[in-house]
Amino acid sequence: MPSQPPVMLSDLELDALTELVNLGVGNSAVGLREMVKEEVLLSVPNVVIVTREQAIANLGRDPTKRLVAVHQNFEGDIRGRALLIFPEAQSMELVRAVVGSDVSLEDLIELEQEALAETGNVLLNGCLSTIANSFGRTLRISLPEVVHGDGSEFFNLTPWPQIDDSVLFIYINFAVRRGNIQGYLAMLLDLPSLVTLKELLASYIVRMGGTATTSPSDAG
Amino acid sequence: MTRKVLIVDDSKLARMAVIKALDSLHPDWTRFEAGDAATALALVQRESPDIALLDFNMPGMDGLALAAEVRELNPEILVAVISANHQVEVVDRARAAGAKFLPKPLTAEALRHFLVGVAGTQPGAR
Repeated sequence: MPSQPPVMLSDLELDALTELVNLGVGNSAVGLREMVKEEVLLSVPNVVIVTREQAIANLGRDPTKRLVAVHQNFEGDIRGRALLIFPEAQSMELVRAVVGSDVSLEDLIELEQEALAETGNVLLNGCLSTIANSFGRTLRISLPEVVHGDGSEFFNLTPWPQIDDSVLFIYINFAVRRGNIQGYLAMLLDLPSLVTLKELLASYIVRMGGTATTSPSDAG
Repeated sequence: MTRKVLIVDDSKLARMAVIKALDSLHPDWTRFEAGDAATALALVQRESPDIALLDFNMPGMDGLALAAEVRELNPEILVAVISANHQVEVVDRARAAGAKFLPKPLTAEALRHFLVGVAGTQPGAR
């Protein structure tokens, strides 16, 4: 099993991808804010490309710390699965933020799946559509599904794929006043999609005015 | 009149995009780049820029906190905070910090608007 992902991005490509994710979650924050009726704080995303095994290891294998994932499949020039993952222990906190605090526990439990799906939908769609629009491409995005489990379950959901797939793993914190909710965004891509992503990033960089080097303009 | 513009973003690509927009309007203006708040503050002291374009979401000090510190060093400086995150609280805090909020990705048109609005400058004017 390869310990390195088969495709690596250059520093500037990774910078561009991080910036696109940043734009995407920034846009999504506006939608989330409408849902929770208070400011949503977001950390700067940290984007890395890892193998599926590493991604599972990153999420930890502690069976007492179960996770929730909202996932959506996307198809187009790039195909894969996007996931929003956070600790199960925090999911009720998030649900409460979305549905309001004056809801009975019974209703809260009933609304849990829906609230999680909607939160994931806003964040994942925000990211995916920002990336697709920036590339001038279209992605078809499936409806969100909510699953409880751990990393190895999330990254082996069917229908899915082959060996040699890679995971874009994005660490991000988002918080509302009620509490800090640590979340991860992950995108599972197959090898052809990762190759395409690298090409799309390269042409995006050129369109944004980037070249291999910039002239140092801060020389006093 | 030539102006000095400070561009701050932790993303090199985002800085390139801002410079591209600025070049399309004022290719003759002097610009300084910083990838973090500490470098930005040092440049404000050393170069006395007239205009600062600050990314909001940066590691360490964010663009709003930086806007306040920049203006403390130089109350005359014209500041814009740039972000895709246009939550009302963020826009309000930008305003409270004496900065204009500009949506990301920054377009040349939005930048032109900001520069005309605050600096009374016209593209091509020297």
